[in-house]
Amino acid sequence: MLKVIFARLKQGHRTIKYPAGAPPSMPDRFRGRPLIDSGKCVADCDACVSACPTNAIKIEKSNGKKRSIIDLGKCIFCTDCAELCPHRAISHSKDYRLAFDKREDLVVSGDQEELRLAAELNKRMKKLFGRSLKLRQVSAGGCNACEADVNVLGTIGWDLGRFGIQMVASPRHADGILVTGPVTKNMELALKKTYDAVPDPKVVIVVGSCAISGGPYIDHPETNGGAIGIVPVDLFIPGCPPHPLTILDGLLRLLGKIKDGKPQR
Amino acid sequence: MNAASFVVTTNAKVVALDSVPLLSLDDFQRVVLERVADGCRVSSMFGTSPTEIYAVLADDVHTRLLIMKTTIKRGEYPSLAERCPQVQLFEREIAEQFGLKPIGHPWFKPVRYVRSSTGRDAWNRPAGEPILPGVGDFYRVEGEQVHEVAVGPVHAGVIEPGHFRFQCHGETVFHLEIALGYQHRGVERALVGGPDKRSLHYAETIAGDTTIAHTTSYCHTIEALSACKKNARSHALRGIALELERLANHVGDLGAISGDVGYLATASYCGRIRGDFLNMTALLCGNRFGRGFVVPGGVGFDMDDARKDDLLRRLDTAEKETNNAVNLLWNDQSVMARLEDTGKLPRETAIELGIVGPAARASGLTRDIRCDQPTGIFRFAQIPVSSYDSEDVFARAYIRKLEIARSITFIREQLTVLPGGAIRADIEALAPGSIVVSLNEGWRGEVCHTAITDADGRFSRYKVVDPSFHNWPALAYALRDQEISDFPLCNKSFNLSYCGHDL
Repeated sequence: MLKVIFARLKQGHRTIKYPAGAPPSMPDRFRGRPLIDSGKCVADCDACVSACPTNAIKIEKSNGKKRSIIDLGKCIFCTDCAELCPHRAISHSKDYRLAFDKREDLVVSGDQEELRLAAELNKRMKKLFGRSLKLRQVSAGGCNACEADVNVLGTIGWDLGRFGIQMVASPRHADGILVTGPVTKNMELALKKTYDAVPDPKVVIVVGSCAISGGPYIDHPETNGGAIGIVPVDLFIPGCPPHPLTILDGLLRLLGKIKDGKPQR
Repeated sequence: MNAASFVVTTNAKVVALDSVPLLSLDDFQRVVLERVADGCRVSSMFGTSPTEIYAVLADDVHTRLLIMKTTIKRGEYPSLAERCPQVQLFEREIAEQFGLKPIGHPWFKPVRYVRSSTGRDAWNRPAGEPILPGVGDFYRVEGEQVHEVAVGPVHAGVIEPGHFRFQCHGETVFHLEIALGYQHRGVERALVGGPDKRSLHYAETIAGDTTIAHTTSYCHTIEALSACKKNARSHALRGIALELERLANHVGDLGAISGDVGYLATASYCGRIRGDFLNMTALLCGNRFGRGFVVPGGVGFDMDDARKDDLLRRLDTAEKETNNAVNLLWNDQSVMARLEDTGKLPRETAIELGIVGPAARASGLTRDIRCDQPTGIFRFAQIPVSSYDSEDVFARAYIRKLEIARSITFIREQLTVLPGGAIRADIEALAPGSIVVSLNEGWRGEVCHTAITDADGRFSRYKVVDPSFHNWPALAYALRDQEISDFPLCNKSFNLSYCGHDL
């Protein structure tokens, strides 16, 4: 018993201070969204467009001006575009905040500074879920990395429970579902049934590029290319996989616990 | 044994496709049986067309791989599964992918519930009808007090989907049958015609928690086929990343095992420390799962001195905290009592089923690709194999505990003697008409990639075998005569991948 108490003292209190305090620092090589410096772009170059494994980058030309557009729902946050850009115009943002409430807001310009990040739920939904949000997770294809980093939020380091958010065992106990994976044909029915089993009103959160667009499996006939069209989505959290902090930021944003970058009571 | 029964190669070494001998079906099956009786393992067995089957046998004693092939006529052949249980799932897979029927297979069911690529259906299911996953016959025990428990595909925790069917008598499980395929997303099919800009990312996401092991195997096939001369530095860095991956998962598993016996202290600590190891991988490459680190020709990110010092410091802290947390389990008799004699996988069964990785080593075997068929850094720097023979959940936990210590020592050594030089070499066009097998000891066990190139040097077949493919039957076996309430504990002691199996 004494050994258990000593171990408890040694392991200490390890829950992050965020959002009241500073967020944990991201690794220096962390890859947030790709940023394309249009000043360095050259007229006829489309190296990034052809480099992108999921065709997330497009270049639009109007009046002789070039504009790069990135679909963050398709982006798998790899290094391919940055590496193959002959003009070194592409870098990755270090910003972990990357949650949206509209699919179209994930399509951004390569040098767009401000993103239209997710707003909080409407008043009625916030009143219902603001202090207690129970989620059923549905893993529907994919590689289990998104699931792993959702699971991490339940550890003592992140302690999701302190925000009233909890992953529950049954859809009947849940206020919504959190979907990962490209929704394989073999999981389509199970996802629909799980969604139907959650009592109304309910929220749907999709985590990871797969669940938003299919990710690396974007055009595979074995998948549905994400959850959109199968269930109505309220929150999109892109990444491959998204960092736990990105997922947490998205959940807190949805519940109105973070506004204008500041924690709310 | 005449020499022409198989072509002999080694890990990640290219051989010409036409040097693979074509055996008659009888000879092919005889050689498989003889070699397996002699201690070889079936690392991979796969179809390439509606008429052709390849077998890759690992001869761990002689550090070599044996490859051979045969032709199947009229779409069927006598099954080997009864005489060689480790091929049973391969035969079902070949049937599902190519419509080739193994006559006399003892439990002939689909593996992933998908249509074949050839239009021929081994189960004669009508073409227009959808194939529903997990639907079909399950092994049933009949009797008055026998009852059936069905779980999944959607589970209670944040876990991948799979369907489990228990035949129970009271609390006792007579039999467990596992139906998978829910995660099938067409990885192998999509790799054909490559390599292309997506191939590496398929390798990275075969099993997200095994990114380094799978990308290393993938890159070894590419590098072998393009005769790429890698630098020693990239080998060492890949080895460090592979062991970090093992550390994160082993520590996480010990926490999960602890949680499943209701010992929450270690469960909480290890859950957090696992994240510290993932963050060390992120220190290397920016991604907690090692995405972008292993790339064809070497590694995507170099190690500078400051980073090295930081990593060593973090490793010291994590080692102390892990030991502190894990030793609590070993100090508590009630925890040990729950692990001992639970979920036994006898040594002979492990051999028969072709089990790999920590699960095999916990049944007294010494299978470890890092020692048996080494490539990369493991040709120069050996990690002693950890093995224990109590064959139970305790052994599977103990193997992890031992391997955590070994991996930390290895990383520390490698960081202090890190060779200099470039981290990336050029990749040329791939050799046409070739075959290469690339093995790697991932944290769950042997990862096996087999690539066959066509006349243009593109993949005409890319076969992936995740260790989970070998090991799922072990979990089903270990549950026999156990209490159903011990399922989570037994499950965690194997911690197998659904996506790696379903591909």
